[in-house]
Amino acid sequence: MSRLILCVILFANAAFLHAASTVEVHEFNDPAMEARYYGLIDELRCPKCQNTNLAGSDAPIARDLRATVYRLLVEEQQTDTQIRDYLVARYGDFVLYDPPFNAGTAALWLLPLLALLIGFWRIWGFTSKQSAVELTAEERSRLAAIASQDRR
Amino acid sequence: MNRMSFFVPLAIFIVIISVGFVGFRLGDRDVLPSPLIGKPFPGFSAPRLEREDVLVDQSVLTGRPLLVNVWATWCPTCKAEHAFLETLKQREGLEIVGIVYKDDPAAAQRWLDLYGDPYSFNLQDRDGRLGVELGVYGAPESFLLDAAGNIVYKRVGDVNERVWAEELAPRLQQMQSTHREAAGS
Repeated sequence: MSRLILCVILFANAAFLHAASTVEVHEFNDPAMEARYYGLIDELRCPKCQNTNLAGSDAPIARDLRATVYRLLVEEQQTDTQIRDYLVARYGDFVLYDPPFNAGTAALWLLPLLALLIGFWRIWGFTSKQSAVELTAEERSRLAAIASQDRR
Repeated sequence: MNRMSFFVPLAIFIVIISVGFVGFRLGDRDVLPSPLIGKPFPGFSAPRLEREDVLVDQSVLTGRPLLVNVWATWCPTCKAEHAFLETLKQREGLEIVGIVYKDDPAAAQRWLDLYGDPYSFNLQDRDGRLGVELGVYGAPESFLLDAAGNIVYKRVGDVNERVWAEELAPRLQQMQSTHREAAGS
């Protein structure tokens, strides 16, 4: 029992520390603005980290960029697109998890499509070959015999 | 069934492994390509480290090629590259301007007194706003500027002998030759 209590305390502590360390307090008068802020820091990527968004990163640069998003949104009243463009102009496409289609990313976008096409082609080839095999009358009676034997 | 098709999964496996093998060795994936290359140095207004009451803007960075070095006393790699910046200034005569990034000016001044000062002057970026304008995400970072104040090259990490020989020196040489051509014609 005491072990269980200890576990609960440790988990609660960890959760509290995590929340305290990454999320600084920003004041919002407008709940819609607050929702847009959390939406943006959720979708934008921390440039220092390979795969963490601004909301989830503890890196000092993520903190600075959250403050930048807040400033652009609340003080400068910019739109979501303007804020995204602002960060892309300084940090590159990396900050978006959604890479644009260009010469450098063509393989990234087209290879899955190619794999899908190859898959369809294989399935088509496989099924058309299958239908080409017709059983003779003798084979069919043997198959029926095996099936009935199996059922017994 | 065709006997060769037996080897198709193996072939696909080998292709995937080789793409991964090459891909994971290619370059440094921690370094992001900067969209600022070829663009003018962003506008700013910042106090100097040496004289806090003097605010300067981007015009102090034009007129000659120079290296803008973003550094801080809390950054271990900055300490590692510091001696080489001194070498660059002494040996190559390259002008270096420092940006003290998110640091205490007194600590920065102490550091320069202690380890030597390779910078013509330093700008202060206490809150990291200029850093965001420059797309800085980890000190040290260095920007090579041409005489017109355009960013020609960006280095994330320390500037060392290899970076000088492979990246900085050829670009400076090219700047000089185009400058000479312009003057000659």
